Amino acid sequence: MLITGDLGFGVFNDFRKDFPENFINVGVAEQQMTGLATGLALEGKITFTYSIANFATLRCLEQIRNDAAYHGANVNVVAIGGGFSYGALGISHHATEDLAIMRSIPDMTVVAPCGYWETMEATAAIANQPGTAYLRLDKSSGDDTPQEVNESFHLGQARILRPGHDCTIITAGGILEEVLQAADTLTAEGIHARIMSMHTIKPIDQEAIINAVTETGTLITVEEHTIHGGLGSAVAEVLFDHGKTGNLLRIGLDMGFSSIVGSQKYLRQQYKLDAASIEQRVIKFLQK
Amino acid sequence: MIKSKELAKRVRIHALKMANSGGGSHIGSALSIADILAVLYSDILNKDPDNPQHDERDRFILSKGHAGAALYAVLAETGFFPLEKLTTHYQDGSDLCGHVSHKGIPGVEVSTGSLGHGLSIATGMAVSAQMDNKKHRIVTLLSDGECDEGSTWEASLFAAHHKLDNLIAIIDYNKIQSLASVSETLELEPFAEKWKSFGWQVREIDGHDHNQLYSALSSIPIKKGYPSVFIAHTVKGKGVSFMENTVLWHYRIPKGKEFESALKELEDV
Repeated sequence: MLITGDLGFGVFNDFRKDFPENFINVGVAEQQMTGLATGLALEGKITFTYSIANFATLRCLEQIRNDAAYHGANVNVVAIGGGFSYGALGISHHATEDLAIMRSIPDMTVVAPCGYWETMEATAAIANQPGTAYLRLDKSSGDDTPQEVNESFHLGQARILRPGHDCTIITAGGILEEVLQAADTLTAEGIHARIMSMHTIKPIDQEAIINAVTETGTLITVEEHTIHGGLGSAVAEVLFDHGKTGNLLRIGLDMGFSSIVGSQKYLRQQYKLDAASIEQRVIKFLQK
Repeated sequence: MIKSKELAKRVRIHALKMANSGGGSHIGSALSIADILAVLYSDILNKDPDNPQHDERDRFILSKGHAGAALYAVLAETGFFPLEKLTTHYQDGSDLCGHVSHKGIPGVEVSTGSLGHGLSIATGMAVSAQMDNKKHRIVTLLSDGECDEGSTWEASLFAAHHKLDNLIAIIDYNKIQSLASVSETLELEPFAEKWKSFGWQVREIDGHDHNQLYSALSSIPIKKGYPSVFIAHTVKGKGVSFMENTVLWHYRIPKGKEFESALKELEDV
């Protein structure tokens, strides 16, 4: 079942045509959307709820926690517009704390695919597993094409998109496009960064993180999200728990609310999340 | 009726003892819904304690989860789990939580405790039953204070729009909230008219009169194509003279002489 909170103009035309019985627009009522999805899921239906930015998560946070997650209901919360995807619309539409908040809810799976392939795979994966999941989609995307023809996607298993031995840049979401550009420049300068897509923020791939720090020495996390509680924090927790501290740079938002607006590209530049800023911050950190 | 009246009496006594021994509050709310629960579980709902998850069962959601002691008592009395388990309510390590939790408790459909959640979940179950052509009903019991929550009205709009006539809401209208009366806190009147205008079929009943409860709830839906709501006029703390219609007994825990005299009143019925 696909349930929307009155958003997704044009996006659902094919789905509605093919599966009219499986589509419900509840109106502008996110709490109802999530409670409804829980009731359907408790009766055996696989459900997806959909809205943009923070509406799918924060507006109905308690329904996600008490109704969906506590009951282990197969409710898959989808938010389109991670980070500054809707940058020009203002802070109501800046989804910049969602990963941290969703990650703290017990029994939640939290996924932020970085491109089309991961989005397709992750969608199927969360539908086919029991329990509640959060799928954070972005208006931007990086090239996440599988390196191998038969690559299979697994929740909780990070993907190495480019090999490298000087450091590892771990990222999640569409900001991969900036990371890949930064990596191109770094390569030209003789720095070979391993690029890792940590599409599943929870449960996080601890083994991939430990291997990366063991093999490449330095980790850099890049996320279009506050550095408090998201991907960078999750990686830091793994390092700390394994006694490996001191070689992590967390790149993300750390400036309070953004009261200015602009395109996703523009705001990334403003807050030093664009390719050039990432490249410079990596070089500076490696020189330390 | 004799069966349901005896069940209501036992539920009240259990709830009082649970509040006393566990130190749990909300005794006034539990006493308020004892008759409604007793009629539902004696005469209305299709339930099988030997097979609590059977597919054809009627779904019941206690949306006002703070009155959980009464639901636990009715489930134990009707055979879903041993009566002795009730003594663990509110105790260290117990899974009989102060607010209703389904985990480990046969017969509890949905966990609640934060108000304004039950009706939405019920709409999901009702849509599912309609899609699958199933005949069971989804019954949810709300508090009046819960109708302050915007989410209750989101669900109300949805249920009428989607013609969920397999959905039945009962409102425990005891007219007392946590700190003061409903009318002093946030007026709900004209209450029946609000539900009517939202597209529901509405009946007002005496929530302690077993004949009225049975008669109303045995002919549901009220009208085909519409969700039904029964506004049950009740008395908070019903059955214990000094608890009736008082704000105090929303939170107060019955101890010592208060407990003893309350128990005597309930046992003497």
